[in-house]
Amino acid sequence: MRYFELFDVPVDYNVDLIKVNQQYLELQRVVHPDRFAGKGEREKLLAVQKTAEINDALAVLKHPVKRAEYMLGERGIDIRAEQQTLQDPMFLMQQMELREALEELPQSDDVEGAIEQFEQQVKTLDIEFSQQLAELLSSDSENDLHQAADNIRKLKFVYKLRDELARIEDSIFD
Amino acid sequence: MALLQIAEPGQSAAPHEHKLAIGIDLGTTNSLVATVQSGEAKTLTALDGTVMLPSVVRYHQNDIEVGAQAQQTSAQDPTNTLISVKRFLGKTQQEIEQRYGQLPYEFVKTDSGLAINTVAGPISPVQASAEILKTLRIRAEQSLGGDDDLQGAVITVPAYFDDAQRQSTKDAADLAGLKVLRLLNEPTAAAVAYGLDSGQEGIIAVYDLGGGTFDISILRLHQGVFEVLATGGDSSLGGDDFDSVLVDVFKSQTNIHDLNAHELRLFINKAKACKEALSSYESVNVKLELREQSHTVTISRDEFAQLVMPLVKTTLRACRRAVKDAGVSNEEILQIVMVGGSTRMPVIREQVEAFFAKQPLTSIDPDRVVAIGAAIQADILVGNKPDSDMLLLDVLPLSLGLETMGGLVEKIIPRNTTIPVAKAQEFTTFKDGQTAMSLHVLQGERELVDDCRSLAKFSLKGIPPMAAGAAHIRVTFKVDADGLLSVSAMEKSTGVQADIQVKPSFGLSDDQVAQMLKESMSNAKEDIQARMLKEQQVEALRVLEALEVSLATDSALLNEQELAQLREQMTLLASAKEQAQSPDEIKNAIERVDAASSEFASRRMDISIKQALQGQSVDEV
Repeated sequence: MRYFELFDVPVDYNVDLIKVNQQYLELQRVVHPDRFAGKGEREKLLAVQKTAEINDALAVLKHPVKRAEYMLGERGIDIRAEQQTLQDPMFLMQQMELREALEELPQSDDVEGAIEQFEQQVKTLDIEFSQQLAELLSSDSENDLHQAADNIRKLKFVYKLRDELARIEDSIFD
Repeated sequence: MALLQIAEPGQSAAPHEHKLAIGIDLGTTNSLVATVQSGEAKTLTALDGTVMLPSVVRYHQNDIEVGAQAQQTSAQDPTNTLISVKRFLGKTQQEIEQRYGQLPYEFVKTDSGLAINTVAGPISPVQASAEILKTLRIRAEQSLGGDDDLQGAVITVPAYFDDAQRQSTKDAADLAGLKVLRLLNEPTAAAVAYGLDSGQEGIIAVYDLGGGTFDISILRLHQGVFEVLATGGDSSLGGDDFDSVLVDVFKSQTNIHDLNAHELRLFINKAKACKEALSSYESVNVKLELREQSHTVTISRDEFAQLVMPLVKTTLRACRRAVKDAGVSNEEILQIVMVGGSTRMPVIREQVEAFFAKQPLTSIDPDRVVAIGAAIQADILVGNKPDSDMLLLDVLPLSLGLETMGGLVEKIIPRNTTIPVAKAQEFTTFKDGQTAMSLHVLQGERELVDDCRSLAKFSLKGIPPMAAGAAHIRVTFKVDADGLLSVSAMEKSTGVQADIQVKPSFGLSDDQVAQMLKESMSNAKEDIQARMLKEQQVEALRVLEALEVSLATDSALLNEQELAQLREQMTLLASAKEQAQSPDEIKNAIERVDAASSEFASRRMDISIKQALQGQSVDEV
């Protein structure tokens, strides 16, 4: 779990993001290419590489889905480039309903209220799957890890909904 | 380490070794240069005492005029007087005509991209920009004087500039004989100028409306770190567009629509003057004398505000998106910093204040604030302030992607990713024995290739022939701290490094820059060889000094043998620097020192990373 080590934080899905951010700034202070402006080409190149690595690590640890995928990948299950679809009719049905509701949002009588309510629904789902993920990812059982993979797939749906909501919000208020 | 840094706060460790570095704000309308002297950043004046250099270049058959004089004669010689060329950097003729409508220029296509026909031949926007930079370089060298050489410049660009526009700016600096320490985003530069002044911590927004570009950046200031959280804008929206709204009013009021180049320049100049006057007066009368007639057009501040409201709203939309991308709310934003001459318009100030529900800051001259921030950064980059905590963390303004099947764009690096960044993507061949593959790199947020900006087309050649799908080509995108992209590719199973041919869709290839540089030098009768030799000597000295500083503290990281090898190469470089006749000799010696010191550099970096993390945990105990 190189990314966790990089910021010197315990390997845990519920990562301490405040600490990660602090460590990130401390690291940037010593590796950022601007610190090497007067140095040789190789040192500059090294600085760019290190900084890029640290930036990437931060982006992964900060993002709930990327963080989960990374942790799972480090444990031998890589779903980052998968094409596999989710086999959970109940969940998919619920998603379809949510998508329909989302599309009808702009026509609702109280658009802002509807957006807020929808945001709340998405948030509830987010919390539900994230909480389960934290447990599943700390488990040693193969079964739990595959369960975690499914959870990540679901979380991705939730984040897509969130992005779509943002897009609709943009189009309404522009 | 501490031994080396005994100095009064704000002073460099060795005041007599103060290195000359400048910050340049290369603006659409005006450009200026600043430097830090005795710990204070100030803008440098021309011999006549003016600070602002109008970004206007007039070409004569055998002469080039830059600045106020060229500007004053613009209506008499519109086709040879290049104004607001920054808007043309990295653009095609079609884009320019679509965006700006009628312009008094004749565009031509040349080997090195778009150019404008003048009496001195076709001139590219890069060349014209280089003339402006050169004028500022000479101003700096004259006013800073002394025997010391200029170590380099930080040049500012709009945060929303894409790769093609950034690369063009860098090419212009190369042509002007400037060593670019960094391309710095204008809003970040402004934040530096303000932030260091006020010592504030927290989230700030920088609203930067210049002559031709608009940027909005949201930054977090924390203990000297300026972290850009999100940026947005429009690299072709600026004060010029407000002028053009007035030009349209003039056209309809005078009922003259078929303007020639002289009349168009006259209308634009009058529009600019009218707009500026409306910032101080409630109503302005504009007298237009042409075709032996005199017309008077009256415009009130309110009328003007209404006419330009769509433009203002466009900027506010970008603000809303940037605030959202930053993951903050309007209430969390402590301050709004106003940058750029166009923010003097009352309608802008009112609307921005209403949007953020906070009175914007205008305490530093909006025309100078960017150059001052750039100068502060330049001063630090050349090492004049070894104790400085300041660090600027910037982001990629627009997503980078690749063309996929069906004219769609697949995003590789999303916008607002902190730079520098490196991302790798794997591709495979889809035919048996396929040895080449072409990739199209694009920048923008839209899904269709046609709606994004084409940056470059790469062909990967020399892929070992294999069955379809067996070759795995790993393409790595790298964006450096200047926001500039480079791409490399490798076939994974064999380790064969695929050749990359870069065909920039815009801008110049390295060879073209070198060629233009040579031509411009021979015209000016400068001895290019002597100049390059001098540059390498300066570079050698820099490398040796930097290494001595590192060795003074960390030589223990090397064993005796390693140290001896490094010392030997350093001695060779020192003598090459004194005796070499050709710049290449020094260059090669520098490369050997670089190679000999690479392990040392890597160990030093590992140690400092460890120390940084430990320092943090100790603080918390």
